[in-house]
Amino acid sequence: MPSPLRLCVRRSPAPGAGGAATLVTLQLPSEVGCIEEAVELVTRHCLAGHASCRRTRFRLQVVLSEALSNAIVRGNGEDGRKSVHVRAELRADAIQLVVTDEGPGFDPTAVPEPIRPEQLDEANGRGLYLIRKLVDAVQFNEQGNSICMTLRRP
Amino acid sequence: MGFSQTKDASGVAVVQVEGQLIVGNRQELKDLVQAAVAGGERRILIDFSRTGYIDSSGLGALVSISKRIREAGGELRLSGLNEDLRSLFELTKLDTLFAIAGTPQQALASF
Repeated sequence: MPSPLRLCVRRSPAPGAGGAATLVTLQLPSEVGCIEEAVELVTRHCLAGHASCRRTRFRLQVVLSEALSNAIVRGNGEDGRKSVHVRAELRADAIQLVVTDEGPGFDPTAVPEPIRPEQLDEANGRGLYLIRKLVDAVQFNEQGNSICMTLRRP
Repeated sequence: MGFSQTKDASGVAVVQVEGQLIVGNRQELKDLVQAAVAGGERRILIDFSRTGYIDSSGLGALVSISKRIREAGGELRLSGLNEDLRSLFELTKLDTLFAIAGTPQQALASF
């Protein structure tokens, strides 16, 4: 069965890529079962040609999985008619990942920190907090349906 | 990627997490542990020696599992977390909620 993921890789500076050497885009359906394959594909391209760094690989895997999960489950409500779009700009010094869903967006400033003792027993609410802790910079678009995560290379 | 369950000689149910523990498979782990508890298991070890990464849904599933085992009067231990995986528990303060041992052997000895 063919993969439902649509990957595009441009290995030369691309228009709108801010001088990025490589631009990777990926479109995937709103199915949580696609997350692991998408994470592996994007991570592989992000690290290609760079010295292997276990910690960077792990951070990429976790934050990508987290952002895709948020986009598919919370953003698109697992609606099969909607897609999630990943855009990775790969520069010599940093990786910039943008994950966008087709949902209405949310207010990231309204998400409480999940580490208060009374919240430790809660099953949900750690995703955005983990992303903020594992990357070097996080930004949202105004609508709140697109997250931009920057990881500096070691 | 998947989960397997065995029983230690001392009677502890040992669950191996192979691959990732993420939103796509966390329910499978919850169901497996739920079935073990329903079947009478009260000492459960979840081992992460063969785990790649965990997302917040996976962490949340472990919190739910921990609650379920506690309510049944049982005990849960975690083991085999490498430096990266352990950092997720530390960042979220979940290292204060779980009994975490370095190796499965250390975890089994602590029951």
